[in-house]
Amino acid sequence: MSGGLEGPEPEERPTPEGRRNSQGIRIDPEVEAEPDARRAVLSALVKHEPGVLANISGLFRRRQFNIESLTVGPTTDPDRARITLEIEEPEPGIEQAKKQLQKLVPVIAVTELEASAIRRELALIKVDGSAPDQVGAVAEMYDGKTVDVSQESVTVEITGSEQKIDAAVETFGRFGIHEIVRTGTAALERGTHKTT
Amino acid sequence: MSERTTQPPETEEATDTGGETEPEPTPTTVTDGATSTVRALENAGIEVMFGVQGGAIMPVYDALWDSDLRHVMMAHEQGAAHAADAYNVVSGQPGVCLATSGPGATNLVTGLADANMDSDAVVALTGQVPQHMVGSDAFQETDTTGITAPITKNNYFASDPDTVGDTVGEAVALASSGRPGPTLVDLPKDVTNGETDREPGMPQTPETYTPQDEADEAAVAEAARAIESAEKPLLLFGGGVVKANASDVAREFAIEYDIPVVTTMPGIGTMPEDHDLCLSWAGMHGTGYANMAINHTDLLIAVGTRFDDRLTGGIETFAPSAEVIHVDIDPAEISKNIHADYPLIGDAGRVVEQLHDAVSEAPDADEWREQCQTWKAEYPMDYAAPDDEPLKPQFVVEALDEATSDEAIVTSGVGQHQMWASQYWTFRDPRKWISSHGLGTMGYGLPAAIGARLAADGDEEVVCIDGDGSFLMTVEELSVAVRENLDITVAILNNEYIGMVRQWQDAFFEGRHMAAGYSWIPEFDKLAEAFGARGWRVDDYDEVADAIEEALAYDGPSVIDFHIDPAENVYPMVPSGGANDKFALSEDQL
Ligand SMILES: Cc1ncc(C[n+]2csc(CCOP(=O)(O)OP(=O)(O)O)c2C)c(N)n1
Repeated sequence: MSGGLEGPEPEERPTPEGRRNSQGIRIDPEVEAEPDARRAVLSALVKHEPGVLANISGLFRRRQFNIESLTVGPTTDPDRARITLEIEEPEPGIEQAKKQLQKLVPVIAVTELEASAIRRELALIKVDGSAPDQVGAVAEMYDGKTVDVSQESVTVEITGSEQKIDAAVETFGRFGIHEIVRTGTAALERGTHKTT
Repeated sequence: MSERTTQPPETEEATDTGGETEPEPTPTTVTDGATSTVRALENAGIEVMFGVQGGAIMPVYDALWDSDLRHVMMAHEQGAAHAADAYNVVSGQPGVCLATSGPGATNLVTGLADANMDSDAVVALTGQVPQHMVGSDAFQETDTTGITAPITKNNYFASDPDTVGDTVGEAVALASSGRPGPTLVDLPKDVTNGETDREPGMPQTPETYTPQDEADEAAVAEAARAIESAEKPLLLFGGGVVKANASDVAREFAIEYDIPVVTTMPGIGTMPEDHDLCLSWAGMHGTGYANMAINHTDLLIAVGTRFDDRLTGGIETFAPSAEVIHVDIDPAEISKNIHADYPLIGDAGRVVEQLHDAVSEAPDADEWREQCQTWKAEYPMDYAAPDDEPLKPQFVVEALDEATSDEAIVTSGVGQHQMWASQYWTFRDPRKWISSHGLGTMGYGLPAAIGARLAADGDEEVVCIDGDGSFLMTVEELSVAVRENLDITVAILNNEYIGMVRQWQDAFFEGRHMAAGYSWIPEFDKLAEAFGARGWRVDDYDEVADAIEEALAYDGPSVIDFHIDPAENVYPMVPSGGANDKFALSEDQL
């Protein structure tokens, strides 16, 4: 029992007009306005020290950002590494991901790459070895090459955009795929554009 | 009223220097990683630290033997972290805590998570097994940097005696710059024992950390135009205003442009709660008038708040017709939960000054101000206290407030008592309300009172308003308060329930009080005595004033066990996810 609190009841109070969507953006109360998700490629220049990758992947796990791919490797500066991250989020989520990344102390710079940026992924696809010539021909179609042949299997290497690799994987499917490994996207801006 | 006391043993006057001047502090000589660590703390101006000993941290403790840094030995590392946290909130100086590896470090975790959620500058130094044993599951080894990565602003694994001092300095500097937060340095024993004579430099923030001080001028100008033309402007002051020491400029701004103010719970005290313009704090158990104002404003000027869900209720219905100006030092807070129409990134004090300069006339908001006053009258914070019913907690809070000075500092646990304390105490200044906001950590109150006492100037009373459940979680720290003879008063609002849980069970679980009641609860006044503190038990209204007076007069830790109405619940209440202006005034409105 609580006594004492006075005032008009909830239903008797005036209600303001207006509404926000789930992103906290003020919208027309009548319209349905949930933002669509889109793919973004983020490039982060980070200090090359232990624990950075764990920090970054931990951040994305904790904040529930949907990582499509993550690649990491050294740069020409031995103290710096570059991480390429692909995420799929509605717009405010992408902004938030960038800002949260930037907030980590070992992160030096973060940029979202232009749609025109060069994006490449590498895949090794190991297929059944019964038709090596045909496999070689398909690999050529995708500018790939055969990197290993045995009695049972042929392994080809394909590089290219994610879509191209998806297509290649599908095509190789008809030979019977034994194993596959993909690196995830690495990306850089074109021409004189600096990535960070 | 029953009073039972045990006097603490008379402390010998051996420390009395007989009027001699205090000796000059002797700086530590750097001979190894441990002395370098201590030297870095001295360089950073640290005066007090809180901790618990143990194998892997022993070299650092040994180095403290020769230093003038004050170390307060706590009963539990969680207490050390909370004490350091409250020390920071009260003094504005970084709070430092120490723990050994393994269980010592894991015991810090709750306190660090708490500091992280409330953006408090806490520096944790943890011992670690020697580097050659790291990764081998050695005795008392844990992956401390791994465990604490998500709950610290940054953490460090020290690997070199020559640089450990610089690392510690960086951890201290980083904790309190920009948006404050906890940092941690893990100190392997071979590093602290490792020889070095290298003097650490003065503490410096990492070069990749460059918070922006001033907001973009054009953005400020746009926000200023919005303020001038607002019809229902409302200021919202959060904990960031406290951190930035921006209360004075923020108040001046409100008063000069005659704009009503609500605060968040961590922002309590940034605006005097007895000022006409102040509508107190908004959110789940905030005042009805603050919540009405929040949801009816057309321009919300939010300073130093992260729009926690306990403040906003449902996002869809939060300030649904308001444009939002958001001032924050942390860009990642802008548009995280609530979209900012006018993002202003920078130091709260500096940006409010910028806004102050840019606004040329007060908004025309007479009607709105009147409306806010009407809401104040319509939804008074009130309670009934009939003589024939058990003691009401609100009465106890008001009695404590009355009996103490305006400078008094209040700490709290988490639960109903925390809400009553923040609702019925009238706060006039920042850094007086010390509570666990973002994490909601039961057990925060007593160790926080210890930290607050050590940070406070001396004359102000330190009162911990605690719940029976919260008090039991860190009760061991009473031993510290007695040993250090700290003048604190713990007021337990004892309802023999973990009351906030019981309130939710009443409202949302058909009154099924699963694991909410204490069928047996210790007699806290006797428990206090057992620790060497003084204890009182109060059951009736006419005992309240005397017990408070005696407890406050006692120079040392005292505990008053107020047996309150076990059925009392906290209102108003915005049901979680609901609209702020649809707060319930009683259970049947939920
Ligand atoms: C460490 C921790 N465990 C559990 C909870 C969940 N919880 C929130 S309030 C509450 C009850 C607190 O009881 P008490 O301290 O007696 O305060 P009261 O609500 O009765 O005033 C509980 C269990 C919490 N906040 N913190």
